[in-house]
Amino acid sequence: MRALVRLTAWLYAIAIYGFIFLPVVVLVLFSLQATSFPIPPFTGPSLRWYQAVLSDARLTSALVNSLLVAVLSSLASVTLGFLSAWGFARFVLPGSAFLRGLITLPLTVSYLIIGMGLLVLFNWAGVPKSLVAAGIGHVVINLPLCFAIIYSQMGDHQINIERAARDLGAAEWKVLLMITVPVMAPAIFAGFFLSMTFSWDEFVISFLLTRFETTLPVEIWNLLRSGLNPKTNAVGSLVFAVSIVLVVFFELTLLRRKPA
Amino acid sequence: MSVSGSNSRALPWALVTPALAWTCAFFVLPFIAMGFSSLTAHEGGGFTIANYSQFFTDPSYWRAMVNSLEVTGTVTVISILLAYPFAWILAEMVPERWQRLALILAVLPFWTSYVVRSYSWLLVLAQNGVVNRALIGTGLIAEPLQLANTRLATVTGFVHFFVMLLTLTIFANLKQLSPSYRKAAADLGAGPVRTFLHVVLPLTLPGIMVGAFLTFVLCIGDYITPQILGGNNELVMPQLVMMQIGRRGDFPLASALSIILMAVVTIAYLACARWLKIERA
Repeated sequence: MRALVRLTAWLYAIAIYGFIFLPVVVLVLFSLQATSFPIPPFTGPSLRWYQAVLSDARLTSALVNSLLVAVLSSLASVTLGFLSAWGFARFVLPGSAFLRGLITLPLTVSYLIIGMGLLVLFNWAGVPKSLVAAGIGHVVINLPLCFAIIYSQMGDHQINIERAARDLGAAEWKVLLMITVPVMAPAIFAGFFLSMTFSWDEFVISFLLTRFETTLPVEIWNLLRSGLNPKTNAVGSLVFAVSIVLVVFFELTLLRRKPA
Repeated sequence: MSVSGSNSRALPWALVTPALAWTCAFFVLPFIAMGFSSLTAHEGGGFTIANYSQFFTDPSYWRAMVNSLEVTGTVTVISILLAYPFAWILAEMVPERWQRLALILAVLPFWTSYVVRSYSWLLVLAQNGVVNRALIGTGLIAEPLQLANTRLATVTGFVHFFVMLLTLTIFANLKQLSPSYRKAAADLGAGPVRTFLHVVLPLTLPGIMVGAFLTFVLCIGDYITPQILGGNNELVMPQLVMMQIGRRGDFPLASALSIILMAVVTIAYLACARWLKIERA
């Protein structure tokens, strides 16, 4: 009886793993297809679709745009998030709870509605669609995240280190740059990394707020209009590979160093 | 340690103002703009409530909301039912030192792009895709089934995503549970089934509710999965919103529909929050 339960459990786990991996395996496998349709039978392996992706100027420039938007918007998010988290954690401000709630409020609203709001506002104010507009939207979704992560990590022992630095005569900006930032580095990096991945993968805000110059998810979306296409498989597999490298890097650098 | 008086009062505000200003300018203000827009006529621009009354009187708009709620409800229930036993197996049956790896593997496809993941399901479910070929190959069916561009495809794509998400949250929940609860139940003579039903399940229920709420919010607001996998056969609310902008440039109607969608999420939140509090009391 017990053995039967164990067997059922293992079979169930294998089935779920199968379900989780099925689309990814199909995606990567048929990115190596030699013929023009990513459907069985498999005719590869061939790298022709990867070649097609890398020689597609629209896709490569979209990739550069995505990286630029991700890095710059994440830098802005983490800077604004860190400064405000420090302000709220170290000083008593009137209406602090309300203001902190205001900063984290965008977390509860779907990206579609945030993008819609910005589209209506920019349209009314005559701001043209652009990568900058999309980047502004990405800061709106990532700032609350960075704030929440960094604010939650600002404990009392850090106050004491800062106080010691002040007592020894350090100016406020010196305390910030030489004490608080290094001490908070793991939380700051976690906020930056999460912002990067969310911005990198964000579709609907970029779709609404950019026009000619756009980001990679939007360009992949445009590829989908041509139906099933091994080129889309190849782009998808490349994005997957980049993400895996980032995750492994994050695992090895940040989480290993963290004291248990 | 005190800095000069005026300086120490100005500093905290200098720190928090940029973030507050950003939130006001690019989150609160757009929301107000959307509210104004939703009360404006598309043609002419006068004040009107027609955009809202259109939703409540036009059955095809209602239908989109019903579709959204049905799809979201189905996805939430199926995802929890699939994820709970899986998280349980990972937490209880996989040896401690392999758990981290097992979990990383379970959420690996999380890291593909969201658009690409939906597209991958299209590959799997297409007319000549892997599933149809396999079914025909084994002789179960003679003609390929219509799997893509159906509600089934939308639900499958969503469930794939949310099983990963819920496995993470439920796993964390199960690990936080102190083993002494289970030992106590066993000492008092409860078998594994009773222990689970009367001790473990109730204790992990708040975590499940949080996961269910997260699933609900993310699922009902998503445009990508229903658009790629469900096609245009039956629309859900985000598709209806995007359609007003894309095809007709009707910002006022799109704004009104967005606000209605947000209201539904807020109602769900209030219902969920109340329910959670009762559970904890």
